[in-house]
Amino acid sequence: MAKAEFEIPELKEYPEIPPIQPGSMAHSKPFVAKNPEFMEPLGYPAELVDDWQEKAIEHMGDLLGKYRSLQVFLDACVKCGACTDKCHYYLGTQDPKNMPVARQDLLRKVYRRYFTFAGKYFPKLVGATDLTEEVLEDWYSYFHQCSQCRRCSVFCPYGIDTAEISMAAREIMDRIGLGQKYCNEIIGKVFKVGNNLGLPEPALADTLEGLEEDVLDDTGVEVKYPLDQKGAEILLVTPSADFFAEPHVDGLIGYGKVFHEAGVSWTLSSKASEAANFGMFIGSYENMRRISLRIREAALELGVKRIIFGECGHAWRVAYSFLNTLAGPFDFLDPKYPVPQHILEFTWGEIQKGTLKIDKSANDHMVVTFHDSCNVARATRMGDEPGGQFTIPRNVIKAVCNNFVDMDPDTIHEKTFCCGGGGGLLTDDLTELRVKGAKPRMEALKNVIEEHGVTNMAAICAICKSQFTKVLPYYGMGMDMIVSVHQLVSEAIVLTGQDTGDDDEQEDSTEDAA
Amino acid sequence: MSFLTVAFAALFYAATLLLVVGLARRIRLYWKTPAPLKIPTTPAPTTTGGVVLRMFREVVFFESLFKGAKWTWLFGWIFHMALFAVLFRHLRYFQEPVWGIVSWTSPLIKKYLAFAMIIGLLGLLGRRIFVDRVRYISAPSDYLMLFLLLGIGTSGALTTFVAHTDVVAVKSFFRHLMTFNFETMPNLPSDPLMIVHLGLVALLMIIFPISKLLHALGVFFSPTRNQVDNPREQRHIVEWARKLEQ
Repeated sequence: MAKAEFEIPELKEYPEIPPIQPGSMAHSKPFVAKNPEFMEPLGYPAELVDDWQEKAIEHMGDLLGKYRSLQVFLDACVKCGACTDKCHYYLGTQDPKNMPVARQDLLRKVYRRYFTFAGKYFPKLVGATDLTEEVLEDWYSYFHQCSQCRRCSVFCPYGIDTAEISMAAREIMDRIGLGQKYCNEIIGKVFKVGNNLGLPEPALADTLEGLEEDVLDDTGVEVKYPLDQKGAEILLVTPSADFFAEPHVDGLIGYGKVFHEAGVSWTLSSKASEAANFGMFIGSYENMRRISLRIREAALELGVKRIIFGECGHAWRVAYSFLNTLAGPFDFLDPKYPVPQHILEFTWGEIQKGTLKIDKSANDHMVVTFHDSCNVARATRMGDEPGGQFTIPRNVIKAVCNNFVDMDPDTIHEKTFCCGGGGGLLTDDLTELRVKGAKPRMEALKNVIEEHGVTNMAAICAICKSQFTKVLPYYGMGMDMIVSVHQLVSEAIVLTGQDTGDDDEQEDSTEDAA
Repeated sequence: MSFLTVAFAALFYAATLLLVVGLARRIRLYWKTPAPLKIPTTPAPTTTGGVVLRMFREVVFFESLFKGAKWTWLFGWIFHMALFAVLFRHLRYFQEPVWGIVSWTSPLIKKYLAFAMIIGLLGLLGRRIFVDRVRYISAPSDYLMLFLLLGIGTSGALTTFVAHTDVVAVKSFFRHLMTFNFETMPNLPSDPLMIVHLGLVALLMIIFPISKLLHALGVFFSPTRNQVDNPREQRHIVEWARKLEQ
């Protein structure tokens, strides 16, 4: 088990709602973006401005006028408590300010004080407070303990989504010069280099060449991983972690194999070499839009007909729900296909068409379960039917694996628990929060390991994959349990002409390919 | 006319005005505030008809709350449905002649309605007091709102079951108020229970548009519930966002 300077929550057979422990996570704060380099490229002041109170209220008013969600959500809450036991950070830390309603109230009490009749004249009665330094501290701490996973919004009778409140709070803080280093530094890199990791074009080309060699060594088939190839049919936009992190890269290998077998031409782009869009995490429409426009520009420059996104949770939210708004209209693409598509929609389509030759036994050494990523589950869709975001990944897994088991129904589909590292919290300065926030997912995973002998958990999000790789050891589980869904596809796919050492299989594959 | 009658006439005119104007202003605000991004909590309906159905289930059955907290749902739902039925029955005090559908409900039911409303409210109050998480998030106004509703329910029930009021006179008072006919307006019976009941109702009307009672409007304007899940098929863009494109 990994060493920790904090207490690691105990995993129980049946989930329990723990009693509140006020202030237990007040110390948790991510590094502040102190360097102007991290703030100015995003359009924010380099440090906390002198008249920050006044400015913060002014910015709150601005956002209230721009976002109906914020205005309605700040008014409508009745404190019914339905959300209080739904947040993984509350369940893992017991800090009552991690209950969604209490987190919202950090902003709501200030809203009431400055923007409502009751709060102006009867602040004590309705729990309204001035925006003090103490309140701002709480904002910085607790709005960076929300992964914007929207689990609370599923159970709220008014659909109040704490993610909207957290985004607004972070945007206000950024605008007064109190930004979070991790998110803002990453957005800066996207603007400067093209991706979160700051990988320049030569490094990308080098990595992709390496992948081609690996696949050739493995299978004897030349599968291409093209970069900046003009005139390709498909532009693949994928999280930059897919270029080198484990198990992400195995997923990227899988996408390439699927495209290869489907016989479509595709390309990655060095300009849009990143699917992630951290502009969403900091609640900034402008930054989210700027990041999205790179994809539009890349698609136009390369002359592609379709855009497909790789495995990434919040990226799929920005792509599916927002891309058309932020960077549309995409009338220059082939109207036969939705813009954009998810790689799983593509792969599932090919599996249904029968273009892929699958050997499920290649994954027989595994019993696989699936982690629904929060953003995919509650903020997007795949396919034509509501809930396709649950069925399509499972259909693909079941098409390439013989052993599949789901976790507790209260922890999957729309009720899925966040991995604990989403929403711009995937940083080492928040390790304690990440480990504790992973508790509900770890609990459900441990139960299927014990009951059904599950060996691996498949995920479709770069953040989930990185987060689990890091936190699993804290709970005494192996970091290599996490696999990409397209890694499973990659293992099971039998490429046309692949040397399997089995003549019968060769024949089958020629038939299937015909 | 007695002082009481004049005071209550003024009170109800003021309360009605504040309620109507307050709510209208809030509706206007919610209506005019744009929703720049598609944020339905998915899985969400892909058609407008589907959204209407989702909203219906939300408003009538409290679907999301049912998923989230069974006891809160039970007490909350009982209270709201009883309140709705009681309000509906109260229409008889404002109609002449009374509509068939209003007079149709059996007087037997009303007894249970009052009790159901009070039981629901006590359940919600109990949860606020005894569950540590809910106690933590409760402000004084959250308790006062429950006491206010309990006061209205209990005083109303008492006028029916314990100390009968001259309901005919009360109805006549309101009919005259509604038609602005002050010439023949009868005096409001100076019955303490009725005075308390009417006073609390007026208070509720006044604070409705400036309190958490706005949830009644909010549910209809909540983008996570009222948006159609079709962002790929239809470009959704609001005016302030379009300006960024120029």
